[in-house]
Amino acid sequence: MSSIYSDIILDYYRYPRNKGQITSPRIKAKDSNPLCGDVIEIQMQVDGDNRVTEIKFDGHGCAISQASASMLTELVKGKTLDDVRKIAKENVLELIGGELSAVRMKCALLSLKVLKTGVYTYLGSLEESKEEISNLS
Amino acid sequence: MQTSKPTPRPKERVSTLAIDVAKIREDFPILHRQVDGRTIAYLDNAATTQKPKQVIDTLVNYYTNYNANIHRGIYRISEEATAAHEAARAKIAQFINASSPQEIVFVRGTTEAINLVAQSWGRHNLGPGDGIILTQMEHHSNIVPWQLLCREKHSHLKYVGITDDGHLDGSDYQMQLENGGAKLVTVSHASNVLGTINPVREMIRDAHKHDSRVLIDGAQSVPHIPVDVQDLDCDFLAFSGHKMCGPTGIGVLYAKKELLDSMPPFHGGGEMIREVHMYESTWKDPPYKFEAGTTNIAGAIGLGTAVDYLNQIGMRKIRLREQELTGYALDSLSRIKGISIYGPKEPSQREGVVSFNVGDIHAHDMATLLDEDAICVRSGHHCAQPLMERLGVSATTRASFYLYNTEQEVDRLVESLEKAKKVFKL
Repeated sequence: MSSIYSDIILDYYRYPRNKGQITSPRIKAKDSNPLCGDVIEIQMQVDGDNRVTEIKFDGHGCAISQASASMLTELVKGKTLDDVRKIAKENVLELIGGELSAVRMKCALLSLKVLKTGVYTYLGSLEESKEEISNLS
Repeated sequence: MQTSKPTPRPKERVSTLAIDVAKIREDFPILHRQVDGRTIAYLDNAATTQKPKQVIDTLVNYYTNYNANIHRGIYRISEEATAAHEAARAKIAQFINASSPQEIVFVRGTTEAINLVAQSWGRHNLGPGDGIILTQMEHHSNIVPWQLLCREKHSHLKYVGITDDGHLDGSDYQMQLENGGAKLVTVSHASNVLGTINPVREMIRDAHKHDSRVLIDGAQSVPHIPVDVQDLDCDFLAFSGHKMCGPTGIGVLYAKKELLDSMPPFHGGGEMIREVHMYESTWKDPPYKFEAGTTNIAGAIGLGTAVDYLNQIGMRKIRLREQELTGYALDSLSRIKGISIYGPKEPSQREGVVSFNVGDIHAHDMATLLDEDAICVRSGHHCAQPLMERLGVSATTRASFYLYNTEQEVDRLVESLEKAKKVFKL
């Protein structure tokens, strides 16, 4: 088994991009992984075309959860919410690179789960997206 | 209270060489399991222990030769099953020096045992304003059942704090007792995070002076150190079979006979009744009053074999061997630069449960890296979030030992931790 802990992951863990808070964000969501205690909060600002103009994450936890959250914010910035909806777990796993066990997969996908919860809540479609979100862990 | 000796009444000193670890390891088939070409180093014994082939054979033999429901079958194999089940109860009574097998109630595990006391004894005895003293190092299973009870009865919890070196704060305990109103003290004999062995004998004595009953969470002590309920004079003792070489799904609540007699049933159903009429019923005597429905018969018999296995080696010897290995582990681990080890430094004051963090490597990342070397440890909050808060960490990595672990496995752990540091460029 090859180590998941590439230089890129460690770099994002120690020097996270887009970490912090936004004042009065239009979209925000927070969740934790009770198994690990990882916590991720995502806050976003969108413009009139529903394009993400600003995004920050906050939280604490393992390198995989924190690095993947940071990488995800970079992926999302500048995209429309329609494009954000299309982000799949494969996209996040691609960003991280390497193999993950089933338990650690939850760490990697926590930020995507939070992102989708926030976006669907904002779009008013959380109810019909429950299954998609629960499949992310 | 920090000065009290953790092992009750050591009568004779045995050479640790009397334990043949290599021979013991032969009894545990899983210890030879390979993962990616490496033999596993199983260091997660505080979570669950491995099973010797004697215990596995007992389960196979039960299901192969005399599987039947117990107590009421009027045929040979049912009578055999009943006899084996009750023989197991007697062995367990003897193992913890209960005065009678009637004081041994079979439950699913420590969690169920504590819930039984909360729901039966607690609901019957606690009222508004009454207190329950517990400690900041309790497992969630010795916190949540009492929170549920307090919510219902408008009683309240009082926590005994811990010192920076991982001991209970003795003066805080005395103060809580002297404040009065505590109907119950509930405390773990040994911490599942820090390894601290608490001076429960003295704590029980002091609690009784204030008319408080005492429940001992023995999940981490009964498997590792000699426990004598009459010497401790505890009112309740809860422990799990699977943490002491026995099967999962079986555990024990010990309680003094007079308490069991006075307590209402926990679950209603078959096997626990004397007579059932349409609108009322009468109960069997303890322990059967608390064993409704078909219980884990195979588990109980298997736990009996586990007790035989531990007895044949000797709990005193097991304790001394684990103390020796813990000392070795504390020495070896403390040489790693950047490591923080939690809990008492003295092996005589603690069990073989060693929690630590290394640099900024999160415990979950550490466990993943150790797994790459086939080393099985636990990481997280260990179901002790109030303690984690006290330590100021969100998670730790925990290595925990049992009678079959070796110095070589500790060396593998240390080597793998050094490797993890390299991966994280520390």
